[in-house]
Formats: sequence, C-alpha cells, structure tokens
Amino acid sequence: MTPEDHLRAFLARAPYIRFLGMTAELAGDELTGVLPFSPHLIGNTLLPALHGGVIGGFLEMTALAQLAVTQSTPRVHKTIDVTIEYLRPGRALTTYARADLRKVGRRIANVHVEAWQEARSQPIAALRGHFMLAED
Amino acid sequence: MSDPNPNLPNPNLDAAAAMATEVPQAAALGFQMVSAADARGVMHAPWREDLVGDPDTGVIASGVVTSLLDHCCGMAITATTGERRPTATLDLRIDYMRPAASRAGVTVEAHCYYMTRSIAFVRAHAWDADPADPIATAQAAFMLAGPVGPGTGGAA
Repeated sequence: MTPEDHLRAFLARAPYIRFLGMTAELAGDELTGVLPFSPHLIGNTLLPALHGGVIGGFLEMTALAQLAVTQSTPRVHKTIDVTIEYLRPGRALTTYARADLRKVGRRIANVHVEAWQEARSQPIAALRGHFMLAED
Repeated sequence: MSDPNPNLPNPNLDAAAAMATEVPQAAALGFQMVSAADARGVMHAPWREDLVGDPDTGVIASGVVTSLLDHCCGMAITATTGERRPTATLDLRIDYMRPAASRAGVTVEAHCYYMTRSIAFVRAHAWDADPADPIATAQAAFMLAGPVGPGTGGAA
C-alpha cells in the first residue's frame, strides 16, 4: 500500500473524522491535516471561535494520521497522553495542522503537532503527545 | 479542599445548564448537564454511531472526550462564579487510562479547585460506567475574560 492508501484508509475508518469534516493532504510522506470551518465546531458564539475540544481532537487525529502513514499497521495506534496548548482563538476559517514525529521507538511515539489558519507563523494551538504503537 | 474565595456569588444553575445546549459544538455532540454546584460540574455525552473512533470496537472517539473534558471544565468555572464569563483554555493535559467500553457514553466531572481574578485551575476525570474506574483524567488552566461587552473579545 502507498502512503496515499494508508491515509485514505485512516480517514475513512473513523466516523468521528467525518463528524469533524476533517481531511488531509500528503506531500511525500509529510501530512497536512485540513479542517474546514463548519458551524457545529463553534465553542464560542460571540467571537465566533472553534471549540477547544475540536482543536484538540483535530490535533490528535493529525498525529494519528501521520503515524498511520509512516508506521502503518492493520491495527490502530492508541493515545496515551496529550498536552494541548491554546495560543490564539481558532477563528471561523479552515484550520491546518502538521505533525512532527519527534521520536518513534519500538512501542511508543512522541509527537508534536501545530495548527494554524491564515499563517503558519501564527499557530493557533500545539499538541505534544505520547502514542502506543500497535503491533502488526 | 476549602473554597479559595468565600465571597464568590452563588452558582447559577441555569447558566451552567445553558452551556450544554447553547454552544453549537456541545449541542452537536449531544452533551447533557448532570449537575453544577460548588465549583463542580458533571456532564454526559451519550454514545452515538457517528461519534465512534474505532468501528472495529464501537468505542466513542477520544476527540469527543476531549471536547467533553474541556467543556465540563468550563462548566465547573461557571459553577464557581455563578455567571457565564468567557473563558480561554490556556492548556489542557489529558491522560488516557483505557478505552471506553463498546457503545458506552462518557460522563465527566470537573472541579475548579482554585481561582484567581484572572485564572482558573481545573481537574477533571471521565468514566463510562463507574466514576472510580476512569477512562481519562485531565488538568487544565483557563484565562477568565472580563465582563462581556464591546471590545472585550480576543480570546476564545
């Protein structure tokens, strides 16, 4: 299977990813998660701004998608812990995220993810997390 | 733990209940307020087919738990101040003990254990069947915005 096949399989697998409306694009083996704005993602109607949980879920799914592409197994990798830092409000715009696999060991991966909207240099949120790698 | 500020107003249950229904993301996930009082909030997310993270097991997605934890922490702040002040999550740390049971909803209890004029510190845990057997625990810090009015926006 190609990286594109692994990504397609990952995105098609979880109903929650369709609930979010998340997609992703690949440049070689580097993945960019894409979350188009949708009204059901709003957490603050005054601004309006994306819900913190939506941003956190999207960052986590981007980490898992990148792992699915580069550490492909028939089974799913599991999240152990995540720390999400919120840097700017997530506005009613498309959000992008890219994951950096800081360390992939035999059983555990450490992943950093950063999300942005209009400018990559102005991130709206970041995630650091550990993931238990599924065995073949 | 003693209340850090005994002069806080009484919790307003209506303001807390509205948080489960008026926020679009909370309504889309079907959040239900269980209780809100004394700096604590309890909120439930029912299991739904379209919120599953792994179709092989039927377990609800971790992203739903993330939204519920964040939202319930906000409700615990409302249950402390008695009013819906805009809050901005600074950070949220989540530890996942185990997956929820297949086709199980998730309940979260959050406790705002300390509050200053501008920052709230909240702990929360999530479970599927038994509060003593958590699926996830969380620790979060929130910035409290001033009263709602023109020009006071700027942080979600």
